[in-house]
Amino acid sequence: MKLKIYRYNPDEDKKPYMEDFEVDPPVDSGSGMLLDVLIALKSQDDSLSFRRSCGEGVCGSDAMNINGRNGLACITPIKDLSEPVVLRPLPGMPVIRDLIVDLTQFYNQYRAVKPWLVNHDPVPEIERLQSPEEREELDGLYECLLCACCSTACPSFWWNPDRFMGPAALLQAYRFLADSRDQASGQRLDALEDPYRLFRCHTIMNCADVCPKSLNPTRAIGKIKLRMIKRTG
Amino acid sequence: MKLPHRRFDCLVIGAGGGGLRAALQLAQADLHVAVVTKVFPTRSHTVAAQGGMNAALGNVTPDNWHWHMYDTVKGSDYLGDQDAIEYMCRAASRQVIELEHYGVPFTRLEDGHIYQRPFGGQSQNFGGDQASRTCAAADRTGHAILHALYQQNIRAKTHFFDEYFAVDLVRDEEGVALGAVVIEIETGEVMVIEAKTTLLATGGAGRMFRTSTNAMINTGDGMAMALRAGLPLEDMEFVQFHPTGIAGKGMLISEGVRGEGGYLVNGDGERFMERYAPHVKDLASRDVVSRAIAIEVREGRGCGENKDHVLLKVDHLGADVIKKRLPAIREMAIRFGGVDPIESPIPVYPTAHYTMGGIPTNRYGQVVAPVGHGAEEEVVGLYAAGECACVSVHGANRLGGNSLLDIVVFGRAAGNHIIAFLKENRYHRPLASESIDMALARLSKWRRPGDGESVSAMLAELQRIMEEYCGVFRSQEVLDEGVSKVLALGERLDEVRLSDHSKVFNTAFMEALELENLVDVATATVVSAAARTESRGAHSRLDYPDRNDAEWMRHSLYSKTDHQLDYKPVRTKPMTVDTFPPKKRVY
Repeated sequence: MKLKIYRYNPDEDKKPYMEDFEVDPPVDSGSGMLLDVLIALKSQDDSLSFRRSCGEGVCGSDAMNINGRNGLACITPIKDLSEPVVLRPLPGMPVIRDLIVDLTQFYNQYRAVKPWLVNHDPVPEIERLQSPEEREELDGLYECLLCACCSTACPSFWWNPDRFMGPAALLQAYRFLADSRDQASGQRLDALEDPYRLFRCHTIMNCADVCPKSLNPTRAIGKIKLRMIKRTG
Repeated sequence: MKLPHRRFDCLVIGAGGGGLRAALQLAQADLHVAVVTKVFPTRSHTVAAQGGMNAALGNVTPDNWHWHMYDTVKGSDYLGDQDAIEYMCRAASRQVIELEHYGVPFTRLEDGHIYQRPFGGQSQNFGGDQASRTCAAADRTGHAILHALYQQNIRAKTHFFDEYFAVDLVRDEEGVALGAVVIEIETGEVMVIEAKTTLLATGGAGRMFRTSTNAMINTGDGMAMALRAGLPLEDMEFVQFHPTGIAGKGMLISEGVRGEGGYLVNGDGERFMERYAPHVKDLASRDVVSRAIAIEVREGRGCGENKDHVLLKVDHLGADVIKKRLPAIREMAIRFGGVDPIESPIPVYPTAHYTMGGIPTNRYGQVVAPVGHGAEEEVVGLYAAGECACVSVHGANRLGGNSLLDIVVFGRAAGNHIIAFLKENRYHRPLASESIDMALARLSKWRRPGDGESVSAMLAELQRIMEEYCGVFRSQEVLDEGVSKVLALGERLDEVRLSDHSKVFNTAFMEALELENLVDVATATVVSAAARTESRGAHSRLDYPDRNDAEWMRHSLYSKTDHQLDYKPVRTKPMTVDTFPPKKRVY
């Protein structure tokens, strides 16, 4: 299998370069996914750097740009990839080393939407009741891994990374707006009432296209916009 | 060398459910708390927990904590400490409700209460009908809980050191814990975090086995730190093999699948669990089901070309139930098993899953060790919680759904004890340099240039040895050979060399440190296993097929020095209720 991988080590390299690799995909022990190939490569060249952990698409560590498209290496089947497989770090983020990017800004945006449940009622001694229908509203929202595939695939995010919240953070904002138990809808909408934070989304839909969990941030953003219109109208 | 220093009231090492629950308790008490984690918090392995968290809410079937306690004691094969088990089961309902208040999106029943599913080893009325005790957020309960706990910690302004690797504990001459030496992975900078209290919450060590449901980060770091600090590890021979990992690959297929009505069949199409556990069948304890699968395969009744696995049948549940209750399992089976469970059964085989043993603690999360006099003397300032700890609530076999419960209950309990401790101990003790120097010496060893064995080759070898010599079925001959092989491999660690000596985000270096940790913890596991000449829970000896309560109803304590083993009695006296005396375990 042939690969071209983005290499950059600020300790040693003046500038990034693409390195060619050739490796036999591990057959017997492998899951048939791209991450196995990267691990096999790393056993030959231990300087090749990438994040990884669960190996099954739930921790969101190994997001990278695979043949021009963001995805998680551990759930990208090798057989679907055309060669040479071109691997680059997630676009638009500062590169720390090889396929590892600095996600500080991405996490800051996540924290900025105050992603926690707010409820001012006295704390009941049992669970806060929620009907199955109300709970269903959270499906497609709470499953986000914070892998950053979506935000780093979003042109609006590339152009205004400091002002547009990006699809991942907005999906989280809507996760709490959609929660029947949450009482901070007003403040949550206020915080997004701004020409950039929310309204820079031009429904390009790259986010929904690349999401490894098949979530749809564009739809969530649309619903936030709708709520904003509703409350002014 | 002058190292950067930071000072906190409490240092929490690990940001899974246990570490985050403790940190939240501390931050809410306005304490200065630091969480050091080698991965961004939501990437911790708690995120992969699927089925749910046990609590006797009684939302679906009648239930109470005492029944839950009985099941847990029985599940532990009477090796669990009954005071800690009572504490955990009593606390469970309140803890689940608190998580719900934190925002965890639990699946709901028609009446709006939290959905609970049946899990293995659960009964009503002390061994009666099946109970439904496992509170679930679809089949992503760990993800839902971990994210909610992280979110609450952001709200409480916990101080996070994301992508910092903890190297070693700092302790003074009296053994008091003073913090840890850590590395900032991005820059390679070494730093000392001084703390009045230190909590280890670093998770399990499943990566010592070749096939494992565990994430690659589960390398027993905290356990190895404890060993190197001269502390023992308890009951390390008890490793849970989950009955249903995807065959040959290891990804977890939740027990929730059998809870929802899935069942296992062998190569003859027989529903074989009826023979092993006539009463509860596929919902017997995990050790029982794993052994049954291994026996079926060994006796030639496996499925597939090589007859090396069995099948988990789900399609009869119907597409609706599968899509609503088991969406992530379906995704996993399609992706890694190549089958859609709506149409065909999933190929499964027992897979290393959970470390029952760990750093010995009491039910306040304090690390207890035979440091001076008595087997359970508290190590001042040092705490452990979650999978890296051994309270012991799981004994020889953990019940499904008790792991998420363990981390939340004992993370919180450790937090509370730390708060009380800090009221009495308001000042930092003087820092001791000896343990810092030792940590630095270990780190500098990895900077040696030249060629040698590779980390990845040695890890693969360790995993093969553990799988072959310390697996589901064990015997003296095989275990003894395992001990000598692991010890020989440990000797060769000194010959391993890195070729990458860069300071920037050096993952090769981190993997080397993880390998060192895994070798220490694997040694503890196989040495403890070779010494225990009985079968109990997950420790199944072909040469000693029976449980031997007269000699072995006691906890093992392994120390790194000379690989010494010591033992301490099981705490059979609960807090308030009567002891559950050991009985023959039938499901």
